[in-house]
Amino acid sequence: MASDAYVAWSSQDAVVCRGVGKTWAEGTERAHEALRGIDLDIAPGEFVVLLGPSGCGKSTLLYLIAGLERQTGGRIWAFRDPVEGPSPDRSLIFQETSLFPWLTVWQNVSFGLSIRGAKEAERRAVAKEALQRVGLAEAMDKRPDELSGGMRQRVAVARALAMRPKVLLMDEPFAALDVQTRAKMQDFLLDVWRDSGASVLFVTHHIDEAIALADRVVVFTARPGRIKSIIPIALPRPRDPFSPEAEALRRQLTEELRSEVDRAFAEQEALAAE
Amino acid sequence: MATQATGVATVPRPAASLPAGLTLRNRQVLAKLGWGVVSVGLFVGIWEVLWLIGWADPKLLPPPHVFLGNIPDQARFFNTATRWQIGVNPADGPSPYEAVAITIGATSMRVFVGLAIAAVLSITIGVLIRYFGIFEKLVLPTITLLSPVSPIAWLPVAIFIFGIGNAPAIFMVVVALFFHMVLSTISQIDNVSRNFINVARTMGATKRQIYSRVIIPAILPQLLIVLRLNLFGAWMVVLVAESTGVGFGLGQVIMMARNTFNPSLVFFTIALIGLLGFLSDWLLRILQKRLLYWVPDTGGVLRGL
Repeated sequence: MASDAYVAWSSQDAVVCRGVGKTWAEGTERAHEALRGIDLDIAPGEFVVLLGPSGCGKSTLLYLIAGLERQTGGRIWAFRDPVEGPSPDRSLIFQETSLFPWLTVWQNVSFGLSIRGAKEAERRAVAKEALQRVGLAEAMDKRPDELSGGMRQRVAVARALAMRPKVLLMDEPFAALDVQTRAKMQDFLLDVWRDSGASVLFVTHHIDEAIALADRVVVFTARPGRIKSIIPIALPRPRDPFSPEAEALRRQLTEELRSEVDRAFAEQEALAAE
Repeated sequence: MATQATGVATVPRPAASLPAGLTLRNRQVLAKLGWGVVSVGLFVGIWEVLWLIGWADPKLLPPPHVFLGNIPDQARFFNTATRWQIGVNPADGPSPYEAVAITIGATSMRVFVGLAIAAVLSITIGVLIRYFGIFEKLVLPTITLLSPVSPIAWLPVAIFIFGIGNAPAIFMVVVALFFHMVLSTISQIDNVSRNFINVARTMGATKRQIYSRVIIPAILPQLLIVLRLNLFGAWMVVLVAESTGVGFGLGQVIMMARNTFNPSLVFFTIALIGLLGFLSDWLLRILQKRLLYWVPDTGGVLRGL
């Protein structure tokens, strides 16, 4: 443990996970282990995709790093500090739209500033800048229900950017979007990521999404979630999804995932039969 | 120039299909109003026919043209608390129409003051229960225990504490709504999207900020609906409170009509109450739209079925 702490302290990494585990409802009959023994380092400015079958605990890891839940084993550091709760440095973007419907777009984007008691003029300016970065400056005074699903997720990204986070945590943010919008949003996200210099930790179960985005793909096993393999992708961006390299990666990742999906299915059937 | 002018003139204007000065919205409102008139008209028509063929005894079930036929005659019985006092000449007081207006005003005031007090009180208590664990442990069991008690059971208590006048009637309205609305507030708080709360947490919001900036705006829409549903309950309770001698008001008029065997007066008062209930619901709906501008109107989905 002491050596892990030393590693975290001496590391330049944005996020350091050592032996992280999470058991939900620990100590009760309904206890189930979601994560076990996660060792993962994320460099500043790195784009890491967590890939795995549904329910493998990859979102749980995101919540732990965000500080919204506490791990039941191991330790997590972010920029040398142990993670003990949520912080504006680590912004989480959710799958479903999480914009407050009672606020306008710019009020949503500057919500974090208003929490800190910033003046309206400053909030508007920051919101405008963040919205410009996601290409929605003209939607400042609209309400969330006037926007499409893709636009709403862009506003959610702007809201995260307005906090100037060092780590962007994204929990299947484009899962609810149609295929065309999703491809656009991936390009858009890569632009934003390059501009911001933040590390991105992106959860998905789409192999193509992982190939399009990641510096490294972390493949998870089925429950309890463990790291099965870490696959670096050195291809230059923008990536051609039909290039031979992408095809090879797709085959490799599909193979990696198949056995896990089979295992997850078998387990779910066993649970249903109980 | 001339050809252009004739060209414009021959183009049919699409707006011509709508009557002048009527927007689509206004037409919808008119149509709704029209159907309301038809619905009430149907009910009244059946009643009148029953009277015509002799099935509805006008001494027991006087049809609308009878009990609405002589309003000044009915209005004599309103606001009797001040006009029939010893030493007061009944002719000196307010005119019969004024008396009706005073009575309506008094009852409506009790309903709305009660509603406002109940709303503020129950939302405050509900939020406090979720905010402070110790408050929940101390207060929630009692509230849960008292919530199924019929408001009628509180009537003697109202009279013991407040005697007669406005206070006991308002107290009755508050008691009738308070317990349900506290429990409803709590369940609304529990149903606030976790994502909303987590967004605020990642941005460094304190517990207090999460409650004031996220939870309360998130629960307001449902609470206003609960308030609207309870509005009719408030109208029912206020009549009961007034009918048992806690002052004057529409309930007292009904009770007097019962005691003097005056079915016309009963039905006249019922018609007034129906109209008032409808109007107050409409007012609350407008308030809801103003206050909750972000809640989309989902009624269209059902109408499309």
